[in-house]
Amino acid sequence: MTVRANIPLIFERSTPGRRGYRLPELDVPETPISELIPEEYLRSEAPALPEVSELEVVRHYTQLSRLNHGVDVGFYPLGSCTMKYNPWVHEDLVSLPGLSAIHPYQPEETVQGALELIYNLSEHLAAIAGLSKASLQPAAGAHGELTGLMVIKAYHNFRGEGHRREMIVPDSAHGTNPASCAMVGYKVVEVPSDSRGGVDVEALGKLVGPNTAGLMLTNPNTLGLFDENICQIAKIVHDAGGLLYYDGANANAIMGIVRPGDTGFDVVHFNLHKTFSTPHGGGGPGAGPIVVSEALAPFLPGPVVAKDGDKFRLVMPEHSIGRVRSFFGNFLVYAKAYAYILSHGPQGLREVSEAAVLNANYVMNKLKDIFELPYDRICMHEFVLSGACLKEYGVRTLDLAKRLSDYGFHAPTIYFPLIVEEAIMIEPTETEPKSTLDEFIEVMRQIAEEAKENPEMLTSAPHNAPVKRLDEARAARHPVLRWARQ
Amino acid sequence: MSEKRLYTKEHEWVVVKGSIARIGVSDYAQNELGDIVFVELPSVGDVVEEGEGFAVLESVKAVSDVYAPVSGRVVAVNEALEDSPELINESPLDEGWIAEIEIDDTAQVGDLMSEQEYMEYLKGV
Amino acid sequence: MRYLPLTEDEKREMLASMGLEQIDDLFQDIPPEAVFQGDLDVPGPLSEAELIRHFKALAAKNQDTTKLVSFLGAGVYDHLVPSIVKRIVGRGEFLTAYTPYQPEITQGVLQSIFEYQTMICELTGMEASNASMYDGASALAEACLMACAATKRELVILPATLHPQWQEVVRLYLESQDVSIVYMPLDEQTGTADLNQLSELPWGEAACAVVQQPNFFGLLENVTALESRIHANGGLLVMAVDPISLSLLKPPAEFKADIVVGDGQSLGQAMGFGGPAFGFFATTEKLIRRMPGRVVGETVDAEGKRAFVLTLQTREQHIRREKATSNICSNQALNALAATIYLAVLGKQGFRDVGYQCLQKAHYLKQRLLEIPGLSAAFSAPSFREFAIRGAFDWAEINRRLLDRGFLGGLPLARFGHPDLILFSVTEARTKQEIDAFVSTLRGLIQ
Repeated sequence: MTVRANIPLIFERSTPGRRGYRLPELDVPETPISELIPEEYLRSEAPALPEVSELEVVRHYTQLSRLNHGVDVGFYPLGSCTMKYNPWVHEDLVSLPGLSAIHPYQPEETVQGALELIYNLSEHLAAIAGLSKASLQPAAGAHGELTGLMVIKAYHNFRGEGHRREMIVPDSAHGTNPASCAMVGYKVVEVPSDSRGGVDVEALGKLVGPNTAGLMLTNPNTLGLFDENICQIAKIVHDAGGLLYYDGANANAIMGIVRPGDTGFDVVHFNLHKTFSTPHGGGGPGAGPIVVSEALAPFLPGPVVAKDGDKFRLVMPEHSIGRVRSFFGNFLVYAKAYAYILSHGPQGLREVSEAAVLNANYVMNKLKDIFELPYDRICMHEFVLSGACLKEYGVRTLDLAKRLSDYGFHAPTIYFPLIVEEAIMIEPTETEPKSTLDEFIEVMRQIAEEAKENPEMLTSAPHNAPVKRLDEARAARHPVLRWARQ
Repeated sequence: MSEKRLYTKEHEWVVVKGSIARIGVSDYAQNELGDIVFVELPSVGDVVEEGEGFAVLESVKAVSDVYAPVSGRVVAVNEALEDSPELINESPLDEGWIAEIEIDDTAQVGDLMSEQEYMEYLKGV
Repeated sequence: MRYLPLTEDEKREMLASMGLEQIDDLFQDIPPEAVFQGDLDVPGPLSEAELIRHFKALAAKNQDTTKLVSFLGAGVYDHLVPSIVKRIVGRGEFLTAYTPYQPEITQGVLQSIFEYQTMICELTGMEASNASMYDGASALAEACLMACAATKRELVILPATLHPQWQEVVRLYLESQDVSIVYMPLDEQTGTADLNQLSELPWGEAACAVVQQPNFFGLLENVTALESRIHANGGLLVMAVDPISLSLLKPPAEFKADIVVGDGQSLGQAMGFGGPAFGFFATTEKLIRRMPGRVVGETVDAEGKRAFVLTLQTREQHIRREKATSNICSNQALNALAATIYLAVLGKQGFRDVGYQCLQKAHYLKQRLLEIPGLSAAFSAPSFREFAIRGAFDWAEINRRLLDRGFLGGLPLARFGHPDLILFSVTEARTKQEIDAFVSTLRGLIQ
């Protein structure tokens, strides 16, 4: 059964005078507003918020929720997003008032449990990364990248090497990498990929020099391939005086198998909403903590938590860059990641990565005969196919993606990475049963057949979704970004 | 005087009238870009170098630089594109013109491809 | 492990289908020197019951506001949250959805963001809002950078009365791009930016002037004086506002603000030890294409039905890369959804009631505190939900004793250079009984 869209906006359900939630009656003596706030500060008209009853609010948002695909609803093989199961027990845990109803400015003695959680999680992430100290302040992966680059910049400046303002980024990198560089005033220097899909080591050798601040890398990379030359790459960059930044978006492939710190990385960020199962929430909140080497620890944003006997204290790292956001970061998000790590333990985390890699390779092997596989290698937790072979039927990767939703699947990531034509990036994750994988494989093969026999089915897809294909050009040409009273 | 349309390897076209070069993008280019949703026009008075990006075309999921075929000063921009960026898709060689440049060095015009040379060039692309 | 459905048989079958024998074969591309030997140094595994026990023990070491009556604010506030907010955002279809890049099957996310954007515009009076930022502090930092890009200037004017943490964040973001900051000093009498010192500031070089309303001390700034200066000199006016205060206060658009930001923690969010909540970001139509963050727009589908989609994506990192308006990717969508539901269920009248009660209750506490000998009002400017009191006491020690008696006192401002001052916050959640009990307890401790 498909739920049809065309649900009115909440404002369109308004009836003047209707109310929902009510406060208790005011119990203190009233003073006229004009005696408390001068006229020129007061608004003349209340904001036009909806006027609806509580039941209407409940129905409205319940109906809206039913238009969404979610991990709870079905398979969501978005490459690079790690759409694994978000354990429901975590939601209960962060609802405990002892975690959710505490104020960040409370005296330290009254929040020792919260500080202990921060301390423990910092230690665990450092262990997984193979590095020294963590900051849990960054609110998202991109925020972690920004923070990590700021730490690198502060380190070079401190050592009198502030002229190092070039950051090397692979051509396969996620857009946040160069964007983060721009935000810290670094010049982006692109390094090409070689025929195996890894960083072109020879080209890298020519790009490093006295102005190199470092290299940003994700390993496995956005093609889902492990860069076998990582140790050599690390040496080239370090020898030139640069530092290595690890974009942890693909860490789901390597937990307990490779520790980025061991392969030469100096700074790592993790996406807790990817690898560590915290829910995506339709676009956040996530968390992007960073872990750094001993040498970089003094530059971390602060405060961080230190252990003093059996007490936990807030301290500012010695040469801290300062703050990247208010308070301690997305505490109730990373508390879930902490729960995730404890649920799995060292063996469990390793099994997660092993199963993620097994699932991806299994699906890849069953699809590589019908779609082009640009790099025919064992993949890690995700792999990239090319939909270019569909072009001769007048069908593109976009059409394939839309048709998949008719079968109850969310599409994989499409048109990324940029170095593969008509890219389809598939990441099953380890929480999918084999039966789901087999179903997906079957459907992909079926759709590939449809492309030949009946391309119209794809080019006019989706057919079973709450809405048909959207006119995105219109939305961009004449942006309407809010509802307005007529 | 016939209007000779010349082309660059980056798919811009140029029509020269005296010392003024009117510039747009080719039909091939607009087709590759898809629906144009926004045009970032240069300002009148801007000085541009040959080969430098001086305008930006946005489609829904991509952004493309338009490169100056010749060096000079921008003397006019097609303001109709502000409200109707789709003119570039509908009429790339006529109503979808982007800007006019007063040419510094007319010799640069000689480096550009003729229409026939451009058609040949497209075959290899 | 609970979340790993593959059986040993299935694993074997899958490996065999690829001509492999064991899991380790899948990792053969990893050079031996990179392979981690041994086990990760992390605890566990814990079963669900053990996990719950562990978390309850941790939570028990914290004193929370279900047990303490709180008068602590300074950026995070103890407001009432209607019970349906949590229920709705807790639905799996909202919780476990991804960013709506496939709009046809994520209209629930998209429409609710469109509603959120509309509400932010209604509160602030601005023409366009984005889909949220991480928090108010980082939203302000991005607003300053946006002003620099729009005006092509490299200096920003900040008030000394801006929340100290927000000052730190703005400073860090700006110094990373070599943008300098000049401060409007504090007027020690009013508690607001010193208007007598305005002419010394480099208005002609400033990309923007920032005003926080209410400011860190809970006080209302004279925005008009600052607005006329910055606009006369070609810069932008950036206002950082409190969303609850907008139930009563004039919307920033009427002060001619160009960019408006703020922190949304007061709108239906848990305090959560500081996160997650969200930052909001709104601007004028003229500046829309410079705005960072995701934005949802209205369109139609192939059958002409109204629908919603992420739009103006060419500003963003996945397309513009190093030329993007920001590097922001994930935002705080679920928290923005919670705010939307909060504002919907309170509605026009209910939202006004919240602001009104905060104003009245804060005023009531202030009046009662001023009856205590030794205490005086720190500043003269009008306040909304927060105010600073002056008293030559060891406020940290007084707070300790207040804790023993079940109260979370205000924030002592000694660490911000004001040793005699303490900042109190009162929301609609406080009852007269609680306020009276607090006052008499405090009076007892002081005298």
